[in-house]
Amino acid sequence: MRNLFRRHSLLSPSPATMIVSYLLLGFWAFVVLFPIYWLVVTSFKLPIQVDSGPVYIPFVDFQPSLHAWRYIFVDLGNDTLRPYINTVVVALASSVIALILGAGAAYALVRFQYRPRVGVILTFMGCVALAAVATVAGVPWQLAAVAGLACFVLLLQTVARRFRRTLGNNDIAFWLISQRMLPPVAVVLPIYILFQQLHLLDTQLALIITYVATNLPIVIWLMRDYFQTIPLELEECASIDGASSYRIFHTIVLPISVPGLVATFLFVLVFAWNEYLLALFLSGANAQTLPLTVAAQNATRGPQWWYMSVLILIMILPVIGMAIALERYISRGLLVGAVKG
Amino acid sequence: MQLEQNQAQGSAPIGSSLEAPALGDVRSHAITSRSERLIRASFIWPALLVVLFLSIFPLLASLTLALSRIKFVKGGFDVQFVGLDNFNKLVFGSSRTHFLGVLRDPSLLGWIIFGVGIVLLAGWLIATVRGYRASPVGLVGRGFVALVVAGGLWLAVATLSPGARPGTLLVTLIYVGVGLTVQYFLGLGLALLTTQPLPGRRFFRVVFLLPMMITPVGVGYMFQMLTDTGKGPFQPVWKLLGLTNFSWVNDPWGARAAVIIGDVWQWTPFMFIVLLAALEGQQVEPVEAALVDGASRWQVFRHLTWPALLPVSSTLILIRLIEGMKIVDLPNILTNGGPGTATESLTLHAFLAWRTLDLGGSAAIAYTLLFLVTFLGTAYVNLVRHRVSEAA
Repeated sequence: MRNLFRRHSLLSPSPATMIVSYLLLGFWAFVVLFPIYWLVVTSFKLPIQVDSGPVYIPFVDFQPSLHAWRYIFVDLGNDTLRPYINTVVVALASSVIALILGAGAAYALVRFQYRPRVGVILTFMGCVALAAVATVAGVPWQLAAVAGLACFVLLLQTVARRFRRTLGNNDIAFWLISQRMLPPVAVVLPIYILFQQLHLLDTQLALIITYVATNLPIVIWLMRDYFQTIPLELEECASIDGASSYRIFHTIVLPISVPGLVATFLFVLVFAWNEYLLALFLSGANAQTLPLTVAAQNATRGPQWWYMSVLILIMILPVIGMAIALERYISRGLLVGAVKG
Repeated sequence: MQLEQNQAQGSAPIGSSLEAPALGDVRSHAITSRSERLIRASFIWPALLVVLFLSIFPLLASLTLALSRIKFVKGGFDVQFVGLDNFNKLVFGSSRTHFLGVLRDPSLLGWIIFGVGIVLLAGWLIATVRGYRASPVGLVGRGFVALVVAGGLWLAVATLSPGARPGTLLVTLIYVGVGLTVQYFLGLGLALLTTQPLPGRRFFRVVFLLPMMITPVGVGYMFQMLTDTGKGPFQPVWKLLGLTNFSWVNDPWGARAAVIIGDVWQWTPFMFIVLLAALEGQQVEPVEAALVDGASRWQVFRHLTWPALLPVSSTLILIRLIEGMKIVDLPNILTNGGPGTATESLTLHAFLAWRTLDLGGSAAIAYTLLFLVTFLGTAYVNLVRHRVSEAA
């Protein structure tokens, strides 16, 4: 009996600890997997089988039927396909663009030294504030914008140059990354109005642009940490041979950082795939994405859980695939370094 | 030929001829040519422009919206500047019961809690002054934090007494506070269990990662299905407890509990993954040495593992704090704001205000949320995170 509680080596657990650990871990794994299992099972049920009390195991408790799947894919064919394609296109496009812009910015913040002048920044903010006040006071916004721009250019040559104090890379990085602190609901109304003026409401392009802006801070944060782990010597060799920064970035740094790029891409893809609030505001019938379609199911006839299960399943299955791929990168500690920093 | 003077990242070997110069070396700018400077600018300006046009400008525009009343008229909309009217409405006016809640006199327990809180805060401030632990600016900041915390405590005590009803502000804070605590300790426990060399760990790690990746909307509906007492899978359990007619979504605290459970289910993996990686990155030698010297497991955890986890934990909690304040999908889908407005979070409140075409009010709520998040984030970083990072 005592053997149960004795450890074989210093760091390995005793058999008793192993049993308890497996029990606890198994319990949580059940907690995680059971809802998904329930979803799968419900998607194969007939309405009567759902309403008359829970049945658990297909072929044993009840006969599975494909009616829900047939309804979603065949009867509602186009109505299901369009949001699905929208989600895929918007998520992929915004992730790729965010990755390109963000990786470039992250590399620049790690390797180059920027010195934005405080005077210039303050003057810029002052002129923007002036334009905003003018707009509120009744001046048409085009006029206010042009006047603000003219003010800025004038002041730039005279006053702004006088203040010598500069900020550094860390300040720029902090500013870019702190955008994540911004609740999307605070900026969604003006963005809605902006796209309305540009007649871009309810298009995929509007969603792509907005998602790029939302996910850029994440990309910069993760890639900045990753680029810092790349040794400098490789790039120095190339620069001695006369390569420009573009060349170095494109030919040397990017191929080495493929694991980090892929991990960040998957991360941002999942965020864009699951995004709900911005899509709710900015899209209507045409550019509707999957989360909205799922949310709209509950609207008229009350919860029709078999249809909803099918929709949720086709929404999570690709993401589960992405998650399994992502786990390999996360376990290599790629994303943890960013958190430690 | 250009010699790039790169920012010293400590990666050039000491003594090599390519050692990077000290930071702030002005010579670096004089050497780079104009074309090189253009290239460097082009790396970062696209990202800056995107953030500028889609985050900063809309933020300013939102401020003007929050300070005005919007009416949709033919051909566009009519913007009328009304100053702090929208904010007034939230705190003192017609939206007060929605935002702050219905305040009543606190119960005896409430008074005790409030009194203890005030004493602790005053003690903290006095200790700061006596121990010269902060500069004058720091003292003002701490005083402000103490004031806000006292106000929050009063709000909590006044709206959680019998007959009172908490508003969206307090509900959001409850979601974040309770959710964070449960998620962190659950994630820590799971991570500690999984670091052990058990066969089959990889399976657990993949499985535990899944909930984070599922759309919150999907999670909301899943939990709606699961918690249904009549048709959900736990119906035998409810029948045993005699609760078959109890509907989670019709009881305010039941609905809030459902939202918190859904939130915990979804975001514990985040804590789990990061803490697991941090635990696995720990060095084994000190632990082995301590165990050989006869330390108990608990002592090893408390003196070796826990201090190493503190920096990662503090960043993790900061991230989850900021993200958690924005919660909107779960309350919306699971309970549609709850019986009445019981489960509404601040973002949901703003969304519903937008839907009733009260754009100014919606922007005002959004700005309040922004102030709150910024305040919490800054207070947390300055008071907790710096101290933790220094101690590590």
